Amino acid sequence: MNKPAVDQIRTIDRVNATLKQRYNRERRFRRFGLAAVILGLLFVALMFLNIISHGYSAFYQTRILLDIEYRQEVIDPAGARDPATLSAADYAALVKTALRTLYPEVKGRGEKRELYGMVSSGAALVLRQRVMSDPELIGSRQTLWLPADDDIDMLVKGRIDRNAPESERRIKNRVLAWVEQLEARGAIEKQFNLGFLTGGDSREPELAGIGGAVMGSLYTLIVTLLLSFPIGVATALYLEEFAPRNRWTDLVEVNINNLAAVPSIVFGLLGLAVFINFFGLPRSAPLVGGMVLTLMTLPTIIIASRAALKAVPPSIREAALGIGASRTQTVFHHVLPLAMPGMLTGTIIGMAQALGETAPLLMIGMVAFIVDIPGGAMDPATVLPVQIFLWADSPERAFMEKTSAAIMVLLGFLILMNVIAVILRKRFERRW
Amino acid sequence: MSNTLLILILLGLMALAYRLGMRRSQRLVGGPGGVRDLHSLPSYYGFFTAIWCGLPALLVLFLWVSLQSGVIRDLVIADLPEAVRALPPAQLGLVINDIQNLAQGNIVSGEVSLEMERAAAHYQRLRQTSFAASVVVVLSLALLGLSVGWRLVSPTFRARNRVESVIKWLLVGCSTIAIFTTLGIVLSVLFESIRFFEMVPIGEFLFGLDWSPQMAIREDQVGSSGAFGVIPLFAGTLLIALIAMLVAVPIGLMSAIYLSEYAGARFRAWAKPLLEILAGIPTVVYGFFAALTVAPFIRDNGALLGLDVSSESALAAGLVMGIMIIPFISSLSDDVINAVPQSMRDASLGIGATHSETVRKVILPAALPGIVGGILLAVSRAIGETMIVVMAAGLSANLTANPLQSVTTVTVQIVTLLVGDQEFDSPKTLAAFALGLLLFLITLVLNVVALHVVRKYREAYE
Repeated sequence: MNKPAVDQIRTIDRVNATLKQRYNRERRFRRFGLAAVILGLLFVALMFLNIISHGYSAFYQTRILLDIEYRQEVIDPAGARDPATLSAADYAALVKTALRTLYPEVKGRGEKRELYGMVSSGAALVLRQRVMSDPELIGSRQTLWLPADDDIDMLVKGRIDRNAPESERRIKNRVLAWVEQLEARGAIEKQFNLGFLTGGDSREPELAGIGGAVMGSLYTLIVTLLLSFPIGVATALYLEEFAPRNRWTDLVEVNINNLAAVPSIVFGLLGLAVFINFFGLPRSAPLVGGMVLTLMTLPTIIIASRAALKAVPPSIREAALGIGASRTQTVFHHVLPLAMPGMLTGTIIGMAQALGETAPLLMIGMVAFIVDIPGGAMDPATVLPVQIFLWADSPERAFMEKTSAAIMVLLGFLILMNVIAVILRKRFERRW
Repeated sequence: MSNTLLILILLGLMALAYRLGMRRSQRLVGGPGGVRDLHSLPSYYGFFTAIWCGLPALLVLFLWVSLQSGVIRDLVIADLPEAVRALPPAQLGLVINDIQNLAQGNIVSGEVSLEMERAAAHYQRLRQTSFAASVVVVLSLALLGLSVGWRLVSPTFRARNRVESVIKWLLVGCSTIAIFTTLGIVLSVLFESIRFFEMVPIGEFLFGLDWSPQMAIREDQVGSSGAFGVIPLFAGTLLIALIAMLVAVPIGLMSAIYLSEYAGARFRAWAKPLLEILAGIPTVVYGFFAALTVAPFIRDNGALLGLDVSSESALAAGLVMGIMIIPFISSLSDDVINAVPQSMRDASLGIGATHSETVRKVILPAALPGIVGGILLAVSRAIGETMIVVMAAGLSANLTANPLQSVTTVTVQIVTLLVGDQEFDSPKTLAAFALGLLLFLITLVLNVVALHVVRKYREAYE
């Protein structure tokens, strides 16, 4: 008597019973993975889009076409052409006169103040510069594009909604009407804003530039590079090529690995306590900033340099030693040149880190409001990321645009540095 | 920058010393033909002379510059009238600052008295004397060294060995900088922390539930007695770090699994570097993004749902910090997943497991220690992260677990306590160093544990 087949459950049936479910699970898992990657990429895209859409307009500035009369009695009543008089003259009055002739119907204090407020206070500086460089202008007339105030700038760039009710808008109806008149005549337009790239910081958004911060970053990075590259390479050389394996070198290695993970703000505390309070170095100076960033980037450079040295095959060293070179000669004449591209790549990546670092620099006083463009490593300065931090804190709407644009410049530099590092690696990478 | 000029002159002298030493070695053996009679190559004699010329002089210059300001300060103070010298150190520091500013022609705070002007002139004179003296000492030392080195050059002199040992000691010196840095960090935060704990008991600092570092300026002032309890700060830090981990771990881990197990080579080649862009973006950019885009977005949507969301909510800061940490987790997990031997995958697939079953039941358990190590490293990074929380998290210390409320963190407090002018003997500024010490210790422990776990795991498969 045969047993009924139904009682016999074959393995394959049990597998088949759950197979559909298992395949579904497989698909779901796979989709989760893809979703995670896409989400990550979406964040990248979102940040870039967000920043570029806010920031691109800062490279343009709204300017108003004004008919300026360089009146002798305002600039230089005595007619002596003395530079001191020329420098101290009331150029804002010229701008005001030009505005009044443009809108003769404006009467009353409040209305006039609104009218004068359309043009940036930087317009007077433009006029002064022109007159100072060419005193012949006095007495003549000139039609000039002068920077508009930041609120007008925002309006023209479409960042202020013209249809919003007057009480919710920073621009009064009257001013809006004037701007629309100017627009109809073509006397207001957006022009390339060179001042943003070359100028120093300012409390007025339309005058603020990143030139000072870029120079500060440059000096800081030069100091960092000059200190961290030789020290980092020397440390890597010692640890890889000369050092005996003992407790001392173990200690050095443990230290380097730990320093790589110390929060950057702690380096700022070190800089404040040691460099500024103990050694009495000046606050806000790129020199101190560079020294702090050196300590921070050293682990990166050392680790990359050691990897580059490890990649040089021992046969190179053996060949050099075999024909009678000393240990030092082997290292400096043969190993180091071969490891150099890898070391440089690591250094560039370390410099990119240093360029983007903010927190330790806040500790050593590089957050001061500095208008002048620094001329050296001892002058008070700020750096690009700190400038971004300062602007992000400012309440004016126009500073948001400036902040985003400064971020674009910073990211541009970082991308450039990383591209150089990648090219260097591709170009000089050797497979042994 | 006259010191720069001095250094340039020194470098010039060193170049000259190099030429002289090299020439002398060649001349002693009768021209280039006799080089084989020398112990070392002529260039080593050059380097040797240059080292003698430059090294002592540079060391003296370095010491001089680092000690000069302290010595001059003491001399100026010694010359001040008795009444000024008796001032407390903080006020004395202000007076000295004014004198320095006066001497450099900067703006001075307050009235300029006759004594101040005298002191400033004295200060200026001392500086000039000191600089002139340093020029004379350094240059004569350089010339002396040059002549000593030059005289030592002889055909049997082992110049190469000497130069190489100097090089070796330079390398050793450079490698100790890492140790000095750690030492500097520990000592600088430790000293200030000890001074802080003299004013505020350590138990109150570690276990206090209130944090309000404002000190009373007047005796009778209300509500600013100064409370230094660190618990609310740590609660806030951990809350934000937790939110960040909740974002970063699933996304980072899943994308690492997808990229290493499922994705084709071309997709991987594109997606991996694009994801790693997130790691290269400066933190201040994330902070800006959090404060001006994410936080208002969360607040407005919360308001639509009827929730009361603070505009400096922990959620916004935590979310953005999580985005920042995604690449960190994904690249570390990627490394560990790739380190799992292929034979384990093949075995699992061979007995009929699906790919996802292999990942979940074989690869992840095998890679778990490494992944945990990576997560610990990421936590330590989240705790030490500064700019995002400075820009997007709040300042008031709330002891809450509600992510929609504003909390503050350790790093935010360090920044707010130390940015701007500060005196160095108030508990308010010293508290920042105590916080720094705590932060350093916590991240150190996390890192040591994480590295230990990762290393131990790596050995298991090698």
